[in-house]
Amino acid sequence: MKLELHIWRQKGPREKGRFVTYPVGGIEEGMSFLEVLDVLNQNLIGRGEDPVAFEHDCREGICGSCGMVINGIAHGPRRGTTACQLHMRHFSDGDVIFVEPWRARAFPVVKDLVVDRSAFDRIVQAGGFISARTGSAPEANSILIGKETADLAMDAAECIGCGACVAACPNGSAVLFVGAKITHLGLLPQGQPERLARARAMVEAMEGEAFGSCSSHRECEAVCPKRISISTIARLNRDYIKASVARPRHASGKVQEPVGT
Amino acid sequence: MHPLGRAYASTVGKKYAMAVSGVILFLFVVLHMLGNLQIFLGRDALNGYARLLRVEPALLWAARLVLLAAVTVHVVAAVQLTLRNWAARPVGYERQRYLATGYAARTMVWSGPIIAAFVVYHLLHLSIGTMHPDFVHGDVYRNVVVGFSVPYVAAFYMLAQVLLGLHLYHGLFSLFQSLGASHPSYDRWRQPFALAAAVVIVLGSCSVPAAVLAGTVR
Amino acid sequence: MRLDPRIPEGPLESKWTRYRDNVKLVSPANKCRHTVIVVGTGLAGASAAATLAELGYRVVAFCFQDSARRAHSIAAQGGINASKNYQNDGDSTWRLFYDTIKGGDFRSREANVYRLAELSVNIIDQAVAQGVPFAREYGGMLANRSFGGALVSRTFYARGQTGQQLLLGAYSALARQIGLGAVEMHPHTEMLDLVVVGGRARGIVTRDLLTGRVEGHAAEAVILATGGYSNVFFLSTNAKGCNATAIWRAYKRGAGFANPCFTQIHPTCIPQAGEHQSKLTLMSESLRNDARVWVPGTKGDTRDPAEIPPAERDYFLERIYPSYGNLAPRDVASRAAKRMCDDGRGVGPGGRGVYLDLADAIARLGQDEIRDRYGNLFEMYERITGEDPYRVPMRIYPAPHYVMGGLWVDYDLASTIPGLFVLGEANFSDHGANRLGASALMQGLADGYFVVPYTLGEYLAGMRLEAVDPNDAAFADAKRLLAERTARLLGVRGSRTVDSFHRELGAILWERCGMSRSERALGEAIGKIRELREGFWADVRVPGDGNDLNQELEKAGRVADYFGLAELMCLDALERRESCGAHFREEFQTPDGEALRNDESFSHVAVWEHAGDAPPVRHTEPLAFESVGLAQRSYK
Ligand SMILES: Cc1cc2nc3c(=O)[nH]c(=O)nc-3n(C[C@H](O)[C@H](O)[C@H](O)COP(=O)(O)OP(=O)(O)OC[C@H]3O[C@@H](n4cnc5c(N)ncnc54)[C@H](O)[C@@H]3O)c2cc1C
Ligand code: HEM
Ligand code: SF4
Ligand code: FES
Repeated sequence: MKLELHIWRQKGPREKGRFVTYPVGGIEEGMSFLEVLDVLNQNLIGRGEDPVAFEHDCREGICGSCGMVINGIAHGPRRGTTACQLHMRHFSDGDVIFVEPWRARAFPVVKDLVVDRSAFDRIVQAGGFISARTGSAPEANSILIGKETADLAMDAAECIGCGACVAACPNGSAVLFVGAKITHLGLLPQGQPERLARARAMVEAMEGEAFGSCSSHRECEAVCPKRISISTIARLNRDYIKASVARPRHASGKVQEPVGT
Repeated sequence: MHPLGRAYASTVGKKYAMAVSGVILFLFVVLHMLGNLQIFLGRDALNGYARLLRVEPALLWAARLVLLAAVTVHVVAAVQLTLRNWAARPVGYERQRYLATGYAARTMVWSGPIIAAFVVYHLLHLSIGTMHPDFVHGDVYRNVVVGFSVPYVAAFYMLAQVLLGLHLYHGLFSLFQSLGASHPSYDRWRQPFALAAAVVIVLGSCSVPAAVLAGTVR
Repeated sequence: MRLDPRIPEGPLESKWTRYRDNVKLVSPANKCRHTVIVVGTGLAGASAAATLAELGYRVVAFCFQDSARRAHSIAAQGGINASKNYQNDGDSTWRLFYDTIKGGDFRSREANVYRLAELSVNIIDQAVAQGVPFAREYGGMLANRSFGGALVSRTFYARGQTGQQLLLGAYSALARQIGLGAVEMHPHTEMLDLVVVGGRARGIVTRDLLTGRVEGHAAEAVILATGGYSNVFFLSTNAKGCNATAIWRAYKRGAGFANPCFTQIHPTCIPQAGEHQSKLTLMSESLRNDARVWVPGTKGDTRDPAEIPPAERDYFLERIYPSYGNLAPRDVASRAAKRMCDDGRGVGPGGRGVYLDLADAIARLGQDEIRDRYGNLFEMYERITGEDPYRVPMRIYPAPHYVMGGLWVDYDLASTIPGLFVLGEANFSDHGANRLGASALMQGLADGYFVVPYTLGEYLAGMRLEAVDPNDAAFADAKRLLAERTARLLGVRGSRTVDSFHRELGAILWERCGMSRSERALGEAIGKIRELREGFWADVRVPGDGNDLNQELEKAGRVADYFGLAELMCLDALERRESCGAHFREEFQTPDGEALRNDESFSHVAVWEHAGDAPPVRHTEPLAFESVGLAQRSYK
């Protein structure tokens, strides 16, 4: 199989980028999309050119490192699939493929297809956790959780933090990512004490980044490799509004004061 | 800062405000339509209904203020959010394929202002009368019939209703999300509900100018 | 090199309790004056960093991914063991301890393993408190599944994503501490050297992967939790970024490297599909509960599997190991599959595969039941191979998966360099010559949450360390060496890519130091590795410069370290003249082809000391089995 790739090349965060066309041949249908980029890069290095930078690690669809917009769709045409798990049997000989980085002000381009997603980490740092100091945990089976609740929490917990939701959202909104975490922890009994404070802290951290708002386009849900549901966004909204009205104790936005001080 | 102000400072709060104001506006649209449909019951019914609305000016103005407040909140939030959303994606995609969103959702920012422009015209046309060729205070029935006898006026009215329908087709779904109303038991009914409500509003509202043009209402 | 395991006195069952009762404590006021470097944010690193920060230490943490949450632990599927005995099936600390020792083929340290079994239950408590959504029964209790190598059901799991959920738990604890300012986190930063001052580990040198900036970081102690090195084989189930650089640099600075040749080959991986394949994907071992493994009875039979009648199939695991059958342990099953393929009866591209057939189970239980049990695995298989496993038997082949070898540590998880602690897969402890399923997650978290927070205190308490500054001579030296090395890598400007060397190195190792080893093959491998290393330094091409994101340069540095490690693996395999666990020496087998241990001469840990240009020196830590009797494993 032979493809014509149009790949966004950008040397650095402040440089101007552009599309460069690369014909790539010898592609087998069992290859993954990232392996096509591998082949291209081997050729580029051989020709003395700079290889295409792209983020990847597990190549199993679980670490959330990889991510690129392939012909206008975040992670490419196959639903519920990350770019690293997208195999070439879904393409045909002669296809023209545009490959672009996630586009969002909150995810500035670092180089080529690599973007800076540290905004996600900062949101989690603001409150995406249950404060459970090591050693303080009660016996595990003393907290009963119905199977249905555990399953729903797991559905939301599966988020891999890839950022496709932001990339696909016409508004560059991060609510699916944030909603997934708020839902995962907010459904569990362990998560109740901090539920409202968490929602407020995470949403306010999210507001501090350059994400847009939710207009219910549902593009995020459609591209999410873990098929996280937009019902998590509804929960985010609900908990956040409740938090605003209920004036949670930790109104500072910090969920807990430092330990040991 | 007051908790509500603080909440409004966030996009989530703004969307909440839009949803609440949207509900108010939607309820108004429904009542407005039901009122107007009385045209089919005859001149007296409609004019009687119009008089009834004016029996208690204080009530009327209270309602108008609520609507004005709702419009203001809705529009101000819409502008703020839209500016933020546009800023969130400074560089667009060379290729972009949408998988889920629709025409209605993507045109909210345009259907909204056009509706606003229409409302202004509509008020000048049928409430205040300055844009009416032959306005008679108190005779709503006549004003409507005469007004809509001009085909392009009726067409503009119907076009506005279709845009409102589009706005509602997405808006009435989206507000569930914004208000945090989601549950497996009814989630799959949210979009059908929005569609049904939008269709009813469009058909109901358009039936009036259509009937005038067709000559069934004279 | 002094190898004192520092095992506490007293009976096995009370060693850890006594240790904790007597451990020296650092006063709360002093903790914040101690800076601790944690390299790695996998299960081991994230749990350690979060816990130490909670205790009040100043923690500086590093990972090479763009976020701490992406460490390779995220990929673990099957589950985590704990001797909770929730199933009332007779599990206990002792039984988990015994299974692990036996599974490791009696090549691990009793005291460490016992502590691991003891702590296993606390891990589950901790994870649940953090909100890890483990699978539940309808009554709300935690659910368990069975796993290889045990007769009890003690594995906790979160769908097929146990590692992900445990890591997100540890990551969230870490994130909380970062948010509180107690941890300074450096993502996208690679440790490239260890700095030793006055015989103690006092810092590291790192490269910022985005800007190329090289920096020194000083501390009172350094913790390495940098994971395993299966990627030395190029094709493995590990994430692409997994590497040995951190521990290899520490080895070069004087840390002992234990049992480097103990590498686990997992039997059930999706076979390589083509020459461009970049990694292999594991299919959870749990499939073997319901599947039958077979190859065609005759060589070169290329018929469609459905057209091969049962009589012409060879269900070789059932044939060779009638009592364990398809559930033979990992090392045994892997070797058997390889033998079939070597015999020319392998299936699929290149004849490197055997069938993992669930047809009988589907017929017996129905497709729905199978979907319920293995749906997500089937989906993953279908996604990768394009074949529908409900209709066509899956093809599997063994692949490098885990390394039991790693830096030597004592009971305190301290390496031979004072102040350098090693946790998780990066150390050698606990799994002996073969690791049982669902026990790596357990070990990483035990090390990070519950062991190192105590043992680090023991090291730091009452110690007066002179202040070091990242501008001191030792740091400057290390930085200079690093700059030279980078310049050298960039300066070759040869004709071959880093990957091409890595692939070739992997093939050499896989053929000669993989599932089975022999004196001849290992000797050959060492020669070839040296040749390839020379070729690398003469002909590698690393484009770009060192001043921005340069992924080829990152890979080049890692592959350069792999050459040394690969040679050490072969050397270690050569010197261990016995077969044990995953280490199978063809010269040492029973008449029917099974591993033959030599407890008299090799009941020890082999620890290698770097000796500059001279060959490395092999030391040993004898293993005493006081609580369990040595026994030969048999699965027939
Ligand atoms: C596919 C797969 C499935 C598995 N399933 C299971 C299972 O079901 N049950 C089980 O118990 N075990 C399983 N394992 C094994 C287990 O996942 C690992 O052994 C374990 O997660 C290792 O954890 P760790 O914290 O030691 O290292 P890792 O999670 O590998 O983390 C290493 C960390 O070190 C960092 N790092 C590495 N080098 C450097 C450097 N030079 N500079 C800076 N940072 C560096 C990385 O960024 C990363 O943060 C599985 C393994 C694989 C490959
Ligand atoms: C009769 C008048 C109107 C009604 C009934 C109405 C109703 C609604 C509703 C219900 C929503 C959904 C709110 C949500 O997602 O929570 C909405 C969204 C929106 N409305 Fe209106 N609206 C009206 C007029 C206007 C006007 C005059 C504007 C002009 C600016 C406007 C602009 C918008 C925009 C831009 C959105 C989308 C906001 C977003 O999702 O980001 N609307 N409207
Ligand atoms: S919600 Fe889905 S798309 Fe968004 S970061 Fe998580 S996994 Fe990726
Ligand atoms: S590389 Fe890990 S999800 Fe794609």
